[in-house]
Amino acid sequence: MNNMTVDNSHHGTERSTPISLGEPRWVRALLIAGALLFLTLFLLLPLIVVFTEAFKRGAEVYWNSISEPDAASAIWLTLIAAGIAVPLNLIFGVAAAWAIAKFQFPGKSFLITLIDLPFSVSPVISGLVYVLLFGLQGWLGPWLAEHDIKIIFAVPGIVLATIFVTFPFVARELIPLMQSQGSEEEEAARTLGAGGWQTFWRVTVPNIKWALLYGVILCNARAMGEFGAVSVVSGHIRGLTNTIPLHAEILYNEYNSTAAFAMASLLTILTLVTIALKAAIDWKAQAQGRKVQAIRDEASVEASYEY
Amino acid sequence: MGFTVFYLSLIVLIPLGATFLKTFSAGWGHFWETVTGARALASYRLSIGASLIAAAINSVLGLLAAWVLVRYEFPGKRIVDALVDLPFALPTAVAGITLTAMFAGNGWVGRWLEPLGIKVAFTWLGVVVALTFIGLPFVVRTVQPVLQELDPEFEEAAATLGASRWQTLKRVVFPELFPALLTGFALAFARAVGEYGSVIFISGNMPMKTEITPLLIVTKLSQYDYAGATALAVATLLMSFVLLFFINLLQWWSRTRYA
Repeated sequence: MNNMTVDNSHHGTERSTPISLGEPRWVRALLIAGALLFLTLFLLLPLIVVFTEAFKRGAEVYWNSISEPDAASAIWLTLIAAGIAVPLNLIFGVAAAWAIAKFQFPGKSFLITLIDLPFSVSPVISGLVYVLLFGLQGWLGPWLAEHDIKIIFAVPGIVLATIFVTFPFVARELIPLMQSQGSEEEEAARTLGAGGWQTFWRVTVPNIKWALLYGVILCNARAMGEFGAVSVVSGHIRGLTNTIPLHAEILYNEYNSTAAFAMASLLTILTLVTIALKAAIDWKAQAQGRKVQAIRDEASVEASYEY
Repeated sequence: MGFTVFYLSLIVLIPLGATFLKTFSAGWGHFWETVTGARALASYRLSIGASLIAAAINSVLGLLAAWVLVRYEFPGKRIVDALVDLPFALPTAVAGITLTAMFAGNGWVGRWLEPLGIKVAFTWLGVVVALTFIGLPFVVRTVQPVLQELDPEFEEAAATLGASRWQTLKRVVFPELFPALLTGFALAFARAVGEYGSVIFISGNMPMKTEITPLLIVTKLSQYDYAGATALAVATLLMSFVLLFFINLLQWWSRTRYA
């Protein structure tokens, strides 16, 4: 009933689309306002809060908080962990996606589920399994202690936990894409005499480059920002096994909130760069997709002329 | 191929096997005692309850956001669209301390809620707020593509046949979106149950009241109660597996139904 009267009253104003296909203007405005209010409260406001809190006591205090030795070592450790985890997961992601998309083998869906596992397991549990495996009371703990190798509460544990938590990112971006592309182009290249590597670099990589970049960017963001898993294996030794997020936590718990937010602001900048790059890739891939589609359409039109 | 399997077994299978074996080395009785202790039960109640509420909030508001982003034009739309990924890319610890600062009694938002008698930070409401934040992209990003692909022809047909806009939405659009909405709900819920970083700052971590299960695991671990921590981890893992299975089933169901 209500809707009918609204429909009628706006009949004149919305001429381009029939009224029954769009909402009346006031409903639109209300929905947009509601969505924007929610997104502003949960997305925009936190961003503003991070930077206001970080610069609360001026730029000098901010600069001191991010350049003091403990902070610098946290930044350095974060860069090392991401620097090892991201390339390894890039190689793994491509290999896994290649295997899943181009070959048939038993246990394939089980493999896909396994790849998703770190997404569905709590980060705390991811860290816990490494403690159980390499910790002093763990499986390999006594052997490692004998040989004086430290993994848990040391840098290798942090790197391992980071690898575990971030390994689905590249693979998950690539699998659906490579599956939809099939292996026709690769087969064509092989028929024309290209070698395995040549086919990979000249045919496969150009086809997947946007998804690959996308996966790497997200993987890197998570690698640098991971908290739960790394927190469990790190032991929180200041200046030695603290990454940026862990250092922020310690500062925050010491009521040094300005310094904590200064560390947080570094990660927030990383996040903003990540989001911007992701949006740029989306846009670029879309534009290219349209171009490829246009070329294909043209080709199919030409082909139909020939017949 | 060989490399893939090797890498996966190295990174996932061995640690998981270790987890299960470690649990049962301490005996079934100890396992059951830990998993059903009063403090553990209270933490499940909070973790699962707050996750369900947060996923429900995200289903409603995420659907709204997806709808607005796909169907309407407004200034700044592309920026808003890109920002939806923020909770996915923002480190959870940053989200945790920021939300706490916002919702604490003297914070930007808490300042307005406190006089109304609503305390968010350091109560279970804070847990819901944090879990809503981290679950936000899941519903939007699962519903958005489906909405984009939805052919307006169906809506036109419904309208031509005399359906009102509300009827069209309810009978034509919503059933199409429903499977995606369910998947988004399940994903947001699964993520929320295991969430740690964003919650521990805003929850206040009072045992029996605002202590989530992942925190209880970390507490047990820091007391060197490895068997206890593992028992809770296995309980949580089983819930995750059931959820993962449920999500796959849902996707299968929606695919066979709407293919």
